[in-house]
Amino acid sequence: MSAGPYPTVWRAPSFFGTRARQQAVVIAALIYLIWSVSTLHIDARRALAGFARAADLFARMIPPDFSRWELLLKGMTESLQMALAATLAGVLLSIPLGIAAARNLAPRPVYLAARALIVTGRTFHEVIIAIFFVKLFGFGPVAGLLTLALSSVIFLAKMLAEDIENVRAGPIEAVRATGAGFWQVVVYSVVPQVLPRSVGTAIYRLDANVRHSTIVGIVGAGGIGQTLSASFSRYDYDFAAAILLAIIALVALGEWFSDRVRTKLR
Amino acid sequence: MVQRPRADKAAVSAGVQKRYPEVWRRHTPRETVTNWLWVAAVALACAWSVSALDIEWAFFKDAHEQAIDLGQRMWPPRWSYLPSIVAPLVETIHIATLGTAIAVVFSIPLAFLAARNTTANGFTWALGRALLVASRSVNTVIWGLLFVAILGPGPLAGIAAVAARSVGFLAKLVAEAIEEADRGPIEAIEATGAGTFQTYVVAILPQVMPVLIGTTVYRWDINVRESSVLGFVGAGGIGIYLYASINQFAWQQVLVALFVILVVVIASEAVSAWIRERIS
Amino acid sequence: MAAAPEEKQTESLERPLLAIDSLTKVYPGGTRALDGVSFAIRRPEVIAVIGSSGAGKSTLIRCINRLVEPTSGSILLGATDIVRLGAKDLRQARRRIGMIFQEFNLVERLTVMENILSGRLGSVSFLASFTRRYPAADVANAYAMLDRVGLAGLHDSRADALSGGQRQRVGIGRALMQNPDLLLVDEPTASLDPKTARQIMRLIRALAEEGATPALVNIHDVALAQGFADRIIGLKAGKVAFDGPVAELTPAVLTDIYGAEDWSQTIRRESEEETSA
Repeated sequence: MSAGPYPTVWRAPSFFGTRARQQAVVIAALIYLIWSVSTLHIDARRALAGFARAADLFARMIPPDFSRWELLLKGMTESLQMALAATLAGVLLSIPLGIAAARNLAPRPVYLAARALIVTGRTFHEVIIAIFFVKLFGFGPVAGLLTLALSSVIFLAKMLAEDIENVRAGPIEAVRATGAGFWQVVVYSVVPQVLPRSVGTAIYRLDANVRHSTIVGIVGAGGIGQTLSASFSRYDYDFAAAILLAIIALVALGEWFSDRVRTKLR
Repeated sequence: MVQRPRADKAAVSAGVQKRYPEVWRRHTPRETVTNWLWVAAVALACAWSVSALDIEWAFFKDAHEQAIDLGQRMWPPRWSYLPSIVAPLVETIHIATLGTAIAVVFSIPLAFLAARNTTANGFTWALGRALLVASRSVNTVIWGLLFVAILGPGPLAGIAAVAARSVGFLAKLVAEAIEEADRGPIEAIEATGAGTFQTYVVAILPQVMPVLIGTTVYRWDINVRESSVLGFVGAGGIGIYLYASINQFAWQQVLVALFVILVVVIASEAVSAWIRERIS
Repeated sequence: MAAAPEEKQTESLERPLLAIDSLTKVYPGGTRALDGVSFAIRRPEVIAVIGSSGAGKSTLIRCINRLVEPTSGSILLGATDIVRLGAKDLRQARRRIGMIFQEFNLVERLTVMENILSGRLGSVSFLASFTRRYPAADVANAYAMLDRVGLAGLHDSRADALSGGQRQRVGIGRALMQNPDLLLVDEPTASLDPKTARQIMRLIRALAEEGATPALVNIHDVALAQGFADRIIGLKAGKVAFDGPVAELTPAVLTDIYGAEDWSQTIRRESEEETSA
C-alpha cells in the first residue's frame, strides 16, 4: 500500500472530547495536586522516617501474639453479638420506616419526613454516631449495639423503600383481578416481590455490621475495636497483629457467607 | 396465587374419571422443616447475642431525657466556630481525593493480578486475592490507626489509610470486570501477535474503563465520609476538631461541625451521582 | 483423505505456503474436534472450509494461529512449524497471520483508527501502543486501508457506533494491516444480512488477490462459498471429507458432508454467477 497522499500523523481523540479540554483537565489536576499537598503541611522528614518505623513496626508485629486469646475471643464474640443483635433490631424497625419512605405507599408528609431522616442518618459515619451513644449510655457494647442498629435501620429502610417503589404493577393488578382483598394483595403480590431482595439486603447488612463492629470500639463502644485501640495505645503491636489477623479472618468469612447465601437466594 | 379450580368441576370438564389430589402445599414437608430450622437458628443467635451483651436496661429509662438535655446544650449552634473549621474541612476532602487517586494507581495492576484470566499463575492469583482480602477487611479507621503509628499523626496517615482501604475495593470490582470482559476482542488482539501487556492495554483496559471510573467516583464519595472520622485516631481532617469539641463538652461547636460534615458529605454524594450519571 | 491429490505433485517441488499434517485436537472431556486433518496451500487462493456445526471448522482455524492448542500434528507456515513454537516465537508467527472474526471482535470502546492500528501491535513497543504513537508509515497505511475498505473519514468514530458491515470492514482492515502471509477468516458473514454478506465476501476476495495472500474461510453458506472461493474443503466430524475445486462440489459431495437434502437449489449455476457478481 502506498503511503502517498495519506496523513502520516494521527493522534487518538482525547478522552475528554477535545485536546484543549484534556490539557485543561491535566493542568487543573496538577494545580489541585500542588495546592492540596502544600496545604496539608506534610513533614517530609517525618514521612521518610516512616519507612524505617514501618520496618520496626512490622518487626514488632511478627510473630503475632495469640497468647491472650481469651481477651481476643471475648472481643470478637462481643463484636459478633453486636452485629447480630443490631441486624435483628435493624430488620424489625426498618419495616415501618421503609414503608413510610416508599413514595407509592406513604402519604407525602410522612414520606418526606422519613426520607429526611434517612438522608441525615446515612451522612454520619458510624464512629460519629457511636461517640454520641457512648456519651448517652457510657462505654461498652450497648453504645456499639445502638450505633449499628441505628445505621442498619436507616440502610435497610432505604433499600426496602426502593424495593417497594420498584414493585411491578402487573402482578398486583392480576391478584386484584381475582377479587382478592387488600391484605391478600399484599401477601400474594407485594411480599413475594420484595421478600427475596430484602432477605438478601438483610444478610448483606449483617456482613456490613460485622465489619463496622470492629471499629466502633475505637471511641469506646465495645467489641474488638476497643481491644485493638487499647493495644495500639500501649504499643502492644504483636497483640495488635493478632487482632488484625482475627478481624481479617472474621470479615472475610462474613463476606464469603453473605455472598454464598445471597447467590443461593437468587 | 390463583385458586385451584374445584376438583369435581375440573374432572367433569375434562371428561375423565381421574382423581386429583385434594391437598396442595407450597413446600414439601422437608422444605418446611428446613425453613423452620433456619428461622429457629436465626432467632436463637439473636437471643444469645442480646442476652450475652449484659444490657443495662435501666440506662434506657432516662435515655430520652438525656437526649433532650444534650439537644438543649447543643442549641444554638456557635457559628463563630465555623471559620476555624474550614481549613480542616478542606483537608478532609484532600485526604479523600488524594487517597482515592493513589488507590486508583495501585488498583489497576492489583486487579490484573487478581483476575483469573490475566494473572500469571496460581501463586500470583492467590497473592492478588490475599492482598484484596487484607485491604478490604481492614476498615479505613483501623488502617488509620496503623498508619498513625508508622507515619505519625496528621493527614499523611489519613491519605495512606484511605488509599490502603480503597485499593482493595477498586481492584476487586475491576478484577470482576476483567473476568467478565468480552473474550472476542482479546482473542482478536492476541491473533495479531500482540504481547501480553499490549493485549491488556488495548483489548481489556478499554473494556473495564467505565467500571474503573464509576467505582473510583463512587469510592471517592465513600472516602469523604470515611475521612470525616479519621481525625478520631489522629489521621487528620475535621474529625480531630469534632473529637476535641466533644471531649471539651463544647456541644454548640459539635453541632456546627456536624452540620458542615452533613453539607460536605451530601454535596460529595450529589457530585459523585452526577458524574456517574454522565458517564453511563 | 490425502492432502494433495496426485495431479498436483508437480507443483509440490516448491515449499507450500501452508502445510497442515495430521492435525488433531481433542478437547478436555474427550471431544475429538479435529481428527488427522491434512491439506496444503500451494498458491494464493481463497479456500472455503464448509461443514455442519461441530464439524471442526472453527477449531481448525483457531489451531492454525494457536488460539486453540492443537493436540498433535504439524502446521507449517512457510518453514516454521507453528505447533512447536514457544510463546515469543508464536507471537512472531501470529504477526504473519491475519484473522477476521464472525463477531468482528473489535474493541468496542476504541476508535476505528485504534482498531485498525491494533493490527500493527506486533511490531511496536508496549509504550508506543500504550500512548497510541505508531510509526508514520503505519499511520499512512492505516489511512490508506480505511480508504480501501470504504471507511474513509470514519477514523475517529467509535467502533460501537458503526453498523455490522462497517465493523466487519474494520475487522478486515485490522487483519490486513498485519501484511499477512495467510488470512484466517472465521464465518465472516454469519452476523450480517445477505447483501452486506456478499459485499464483505467480495472485499475479502479482492484484498486477498491484491496482496497475493491465501485465505482460509470458514463459511456456513454453501452458495457464498461457491461464489467467492477457488477451492473447497469439506469437514465432517473432524476429518477432511472433500478437498477440491469449486466445480467439483456436487450434490453427492454435499450429501456426504451434510447428510441427505435436496441440494439442487443450493448449487449455484454459472448464469447466476454472472448476474450477481
